[in-house]
Formats: sequence, structure tokens, C-alpha cells
Amino acid sequence: MSASASPVSTGSPGIPHLDVDPFAMNFFADPYPTHEVLREAGPVVYLDKWNVYGVARYAEVHAVLNDPATFCSSRGVGLSDFKKETPWRPPSLILEADPPAHTRTRAVLSKVLSPTVMKQVRDRFTAAAEERVDALIDKRSFDAVADLAEAYPLSIFPDALGLKPEGREHLIPYASVVFNAFGPPNQLRQEAIERSAPHQAYVAEQCQRENLAPGGFGACIHAHVDEGAITATEAPLLVRSLLSAGLDTTVNGIGAAIYCLARFPDQWQRLRDDLSLARGAFEEAVRFESPVQTFFRTTTREVELSGATIGEGEKVLMFLAAANRDPRRWDKPDSYDITRRTSGHVGFGSGIHMCVGQLVARLEGEVMLTALAKRIAKIEITGEPKRRFNNTLRGLDSLPVTITPA
Amino acid sequence: MPAITFIHSDGKSDRVETGDGESAMQAATRHGLDGILAECGGNAMCATCHVYVDESWLARLPAMADDEDALLDGAAAERSPASRLSCQIVITPDLDGLVLRLPERQV
Repeated sequence: MSASASPVSTGSPGIPHLDVDPFAMNFFADPYPTHEVLREAGPVVYLDKWNVYGVARYAEVHAVLNDPATFCSSRGVGLSDFKKETPWRPPSLILEADPPAHTRTRAVLSKVLSPTVMKQVRDRFTAAAEERVDALIDKRSFDAVADLAEAYPLSIFPDALGLKPEGREHLIPYASVVFNAFGPPNQLRQEAIERSAPHQAYVAEQCQRENLAPGGFGACIHAHVDEGAITATEAPLLVRSLLSAGLDTTVNGIGAAIYCLARFPDQWQRLRDDLSLARGAFEEAVRFESPVQTFFRTTTREVELSGATIGEGEKVLMFLAAANRDPRRWDKPDSYDITRRTSGHVGFGSGIHMCVGQLVARLEGEVMLTALAKRIAKIEITGEPKRRFNNTLRGLDSLPVTITPA
Repeated sequence: MPAITFIHSDGKSDRVETGDGESAMQAATRHGLDGILAECGGNAMCATCHVYVDESWLARLPAMADDEDALLDGAAAERSPASRLSCQIVITPDLDGLVLRLPERQV
């Protein structure tokens, strides 16, 4: 790995060129030293491996996220430029859209997942978390990924959406394809897309109005067709957004929180002493681990960013995870501190595309950590945690733990 | 720079200087004030920077947008006619001296 500033024709002079591949297995195994290299090389870098610009400092990541007119999403938020390549699936009407089209679809999902709706589902989510913890206490030793981080969202989110019981095993594999597909054409992406047909078929079917139970998030999206906010052909694609981004993300978010609290027993103790810290403990895990590591934008014009000139039609890779540990922004960035003021972290993004399901994620995280801290004195890691590799998502494949009931 | 006052639910108050173009929420979090959570970081998505605007100031604030209005219905503490989201109140020189009361809870 080198950080030489060699001016070449593809990038503007003065921008450091790095031969880092942020989608390689050895990078995923330990991204932190490379994040530091990326941050310290300059405010804007160029990655020769994929011919993209990169930003890894908080200020620039935040600036790119908050200038959607210059750094657009409609040309894809992965490496693939939709202006030059055919997307692997019909583009998302919200994630891969710009204003004004985005404004309309975003408003619908914001309403469906609003704070008011969260108040209505809170008791149900809490009861399911307590039930899950009861089952874990019976087990004592279990895999905190499969039996907790996956099992809990799977026990509530598909029901909250109103999905049929059959075929739910496609949900996590489908999300895995979606998040791998944002990456470059590496083995992870190619294999994911090659195997995606059955998962795509399931999702397409589930997004139809007749397959969604009344009262669920999915049916609520379709109800906006009747009010004229969206068309009948748009509604299934908006349901698809919840299926794509609503499950695997929270699995990795809850997984991150458990992994943090198991590794840092002093923070677990603080949480046990004051359960009102549960929501903050989850939020800090999202900052600390950044389950969604990266997203791309595409420039709509030539732009100067912190002294670097980027031409039109260039891909810019935002390192959300590196921004969330940028010492320019965060005091002791590599410490997991459940009392930290996390407001402003970019784990859920920022600006008009900031995660529309963030309230669902926080609710799930808060009620699960509360339920655990109420009943469990100690969480011990009893085996080597295994990492799950994905081009966008960071999380574990398995985390063997043993718990001691309170 | 204009200064604004936050009155906590226990009656204590904090006067904070605001920065150029800052929202009331940003000023509060920059000064480490308890009582403003701002989980979404100022993107009008979470309703955890809820404040009650002092009556004498209420009419002097710009009207709220539809999304702020909808979010306030979901705020943790009870909504009143004086409720606003502090991330949507940008402090201009004419708001120097603004008084905002904090609710008992944000989540």
C-alpha cells in the first residue's frame, strides 16, 4: 500500500493516488489501518484500482452527502454508473433517485416509518425482544448472530411489513445481493448476482399489493397509491426498498452492538446500571462499527471539494466508517463509549438520502439491548468470531457467546 | 453572534452563543446541552430535538414545513401549539434572545 502523489491524466494534480482496494478480502478483515491511510493522505484521494475518487474524512463525507445536486444518486450509489451500464435490477425509486422524483417517494416512506408509527409498534417489538431473551437464557450458550442478531429482526420485521410466512428465507440472501452489488465487479458481486434469480423472484412477488397483509408497512405504502402520492407501478418498488434495506442492516446493527458490549464489559456494566443508556449504546455501535461502510455518488458537474477538482461524471466513494472514526471530528474515536454524544455520525448517512428506516433500527436496537441488560449479568465470547464478507456491509457470520443470567 | 436561552424541564437555564447560520439544535449540541438528543443530526427525521418556543417568540419564527409538522405528532413528550423541532430553527440576528423550553424527554 502506498500513498504517493503521482499526477496522472485521470485525476487532477495534487490529489494523492492510492493503490488501496477497499473491496478486497484482506481489507475487510481489518479496514482500520487503511481507513487511517485514506484519511491522512488528503481530504480527497484517488483510488487507481477502481478509478474513483474517495473521501474518508468526516467533513468531506458530510459535505458530499449534503450536496445531492452535485453528488447525485440517480447514476447509482455503487461503482456501476447507470448512465454507462445497465443496472443489475430496476433502479430504486428512492435510493437511486434525485430530487424532484426522490422527494415524492421519500415523503411516502417517511410517513410509513414515522415517529408516530414507531409508537404504535413499540410494545410489539418490546414483547418480541423479551421473548427472544427468555429463549436465550434457556440456552445459555448460543451464536449471537444467528440466534439473536438475525433471529430477533426476523421475528418482527417481516410481520411488521406484512409478508407471507412462506419464503422468508430469501430475505437475508436478497439483501446480501443488494449490498454486494454496490461494489465493484469482484467475485463477491459477480457470484451474488449470478445466484440472485430466485431471491429476486420472491421479492418481486412479495411486493405486490395482494401479497401484503393489511395494516403492515407494505400495505401502508400501497395505500398511498389511493391518495395519488405514488402510482400503482411505483408502490411495489418502494416496498422492495424496505425488503432490501430493512433487515440485513438491522441484523448487522444489532450484531455490532452485541459484539461491542461483549468486548467491552465496562460498557455492559454501565448499561446494566442505567437502562436508559440502551438507545445510546445502540447508536454508538452504529458509529463504532458502521454496519453500512460505504456508498458512492456521481458528480453532475465539475466541482471543487476541499481544494481538489473533480470532473463531471466521476464516481466518488464515501467511507462512512472512516468518517465515523475521524479524529478531526470525534474525541477518542476508537473507543466504544455508550454515553458519547453521537449526533452527527454518518452511520445512517446524512441529508436527503439518510436512512429512511433509522427509527425502526433504533427502536429494535433499544428494546433488544434493554431486554438483554435487564436479565443478563454477563456476556462472554467463547470462540473465535467469524466475519461475513460483503462489499458494503460489515458484520459477523457467527459470534459464539455464553451468558450468565442476572 | 446571537445568543439563545434553553430552559430545562427542571427550570434551570443555559444561554448559548450561536454560530453563523447554525440551527438552535446545532448550537445546543455544540455546547453539550442535555435535553436535545438530535439522533438524526438535523435532517428532520427523528423528532428528538423537540422544544417549546416561548410564547412571546412563537409568531416571530418562520412557519413550519409539513414534514416538521408530521414529525412533531410523534415526539416523545406531549405536543403543544408551541412545539417545534429545534433543528429547523435557524438562528438569524433577529432571533437574538430567543427562549426555548426543553421537554422532559426526547425518546
